[in-house]
Amino acid sequence: MGWNKKALVALIGSVCMAGATTALAGPSAKAMADTCAGCHGTNGQSIGPASPNLAGMSASYFIDSMKGFKALEKDVQHADGARPATIMNRIAKGYSDEQIEAMGEYFEKLGVYKANVPHDAAKAKAGAEVYESACAKCHDEGGSLPGDDAGILAGQWLPWLQFSMADFKEGHREMPKKMKKQVDKLSDAEIDAVLNYFASQK
Amino acid sequence: MSQFTRRKFLQVTGGAVAISSMGFPAIVGAAGKKVVVVGGGVGGATAAKYIRMADSSIDVTLIEPNKEYFTCFMSNEVLSGDRTMDSIKVTYEGLTGHGVNVVHDTVTDIDAAGKKVMTAGGQSFAYDRCIVAPGISFKNNIEGYDDAAMEAMPHAWKAGPQTVLLRKQLEAMPDGGVVAIAAPPNPFRCPPGPYERSCQIAMYLKAHKPKSKVMIFDAKDKFSKQGLFKQAWEKHYGGMIEWVGAEGGGTVTRVDAGSNTIYTGDTAHKVAVANIIPAQQAGAIASKAGLTDDKGWCPIDGRTFESTMKAGVHVIGDASVAAPLPKSAYAANSEAKVAAAAVVAMLNGKEPGDPSLVNTCYSVVGHHDAISVAMVYDLKDGKLSKVEGAGGLTPKESSPEMRAREVEYAYSWFANIKKDSWG
Repeated sequence: MGWNKKALVALIGSVCMAGATTALAGPSAKAMADTCAGCHGTNGQSIGPASPNLAGMSASYFIDSMKGFKALEKDVQHADGARPATIMNRIAKGYSDEQIEAMGEYFEKLGVYKANVPHDAAKAKAGAEVYESACAKCHDEGGSLPGDDAGILAGQWLPWLQFSMADFKEGHREMPKKMKKQVDKLSDAEIDAVLNYFASQK
Repeated sequence: MSQFTRRKFLQVTGGAVAISSMGFPAIVGAAGKKVVVVGGGVGGATAAKYIRMADSSIDVTLIEPNKEYFTCFMSNEVLSGDRTMDSIKVTYEGLTGHGVNVVHDTVTDIDAAGKKVMTAGGQSFAYDRCIVAPGISFKNNIEGYDDAAMEAMPHAWKAGPQTVLLRKQLEAMPDGGVVAIAAPPNPFRCPPGPYERSCQIAMYLKAHKPKSKVMIFDAKDKFSKQGLFKQAWEKHYGGMIEWVGAEGGGTVTRVDAGSNTIYTGDTAHKVAVANIIPAQQAGAIASKAGLTDDKGWCPIDGRTFESTMKAGVHVIGDASVAAPLPKSAYAANSEAKVAAAAVVAMLNGKEPGDPSLVNTCYSVVGHHDAISVAMVYDLKDGKLSKVEGAGGLTPKESSPEMRAREVEYAYSWFANIKKDSWG
């Protein structure tokens, strides 16, 4: 019984590996992912002060982000599905969708990394309450669970969290409906507090 | 729902990969194989670290004369006073922590046939593969710019005491003086560097000596990020910075260090501070070891960065001919990872894979204003090439908010590339 199951898993694995090899003639996922480290840290573990950690984010979040960057044209801030960026739009255009998928799977397997992020402890404490009432349903476990469409917010660099929220609030980046409903209810101080809460998570 | 299923599938197959890879243990190993890395700048350090990270059975020795290394990147901020020398200093404990044998000595020759590296300290290091990252040396293209002149008219193009000297001269100069920057001909280390430097110097002068000027005398007619720099000069330093290109007679041909005078042809310019950046070539050991072409740089194979002049020796960083990659820290870091992966593969009896490279270069042009250039590279028909449609410059019309973010990302770049290379 156990043997059969194992053999089946191995068979799926080898078919899948063969498929991946064919699709990825060109640089390996590691070769591509290693080029990110100069800004996002060795193995996607950023030492800040702003570049986000990539380690452990879900493959689908990574892929959505990179495709969003690719969709951002130089003079168009609001293209459908586009993610605002300073430099990532220029870099993301260097990879095919297949290459982006390979990198996404690579970073997901590295496991979640929470950085030691400078934050305001009092705000983080107040933010814990905001989190419970407004964010916890989707950003599980203090924002440390790599859900399919939610980025890793726990132990994430505070300036990046702030830039991201500014983009959401100013309409440069589309919020999921549920998120918009919650964010619209929060004051600036509450948002500031909850971002400090996420940054403080270990 | 479909996402969940796909992820679940990945988890299952991920497990299977682990089982099958255990089923086929590597037969050819690299245990006991030796790599010698010559030079402990960003390229050499990164290569040493990434070889050890990929295969800790490989014995890696890095040879570098200095116990403390000062990064050229961000050293322009020392000139404005925004940054301390200490903040651009790196040491080698991080590499030691990765099991790299760090030797502080000067390499005097590389015997590619005998596969060994010799040092001034009389040591000899045998290797299976050698990685050379010697950085740059200066050409004698400016009459009178000798070792003594460098102490009066610093180049500050290798960070360290030269950076300190230039900063001291800026602090000592009178208000109303002219700071001259002699910008070198292509190709050279850090293409946007002289122009970022003009901004950082002007930042200091504007605050402390506002009647002063920065004159850039250039041996070229165009330069990196030109439109963005010109925009920054106007926006932040209105009229303080002036650029004279080669066609306008900007090429510096001679200096007289005694009278602090620089010459563009027959025209003499007596200046308060002269920052002379000479023409460049690969670091001295490269030509000694027979790794350079007739232009003084090291041709390489784009897949492995192995020298096309000497087998078994890889050359990375500023010294290599890796165009279209620029001579930048990020390119050196990226090239080092390609060379490291190739060396690890070769020492394990495997074919090196296809390379993927990135360059990302920030210039801090104002207190809350940074600009960048980026590009992704791969191998096409055996040649390093830009990936079509990728990369480019910060848009000229990008908002002050986005420019301020670029400053934060420039500092993130600095922190992470230091840690990724030496940490």
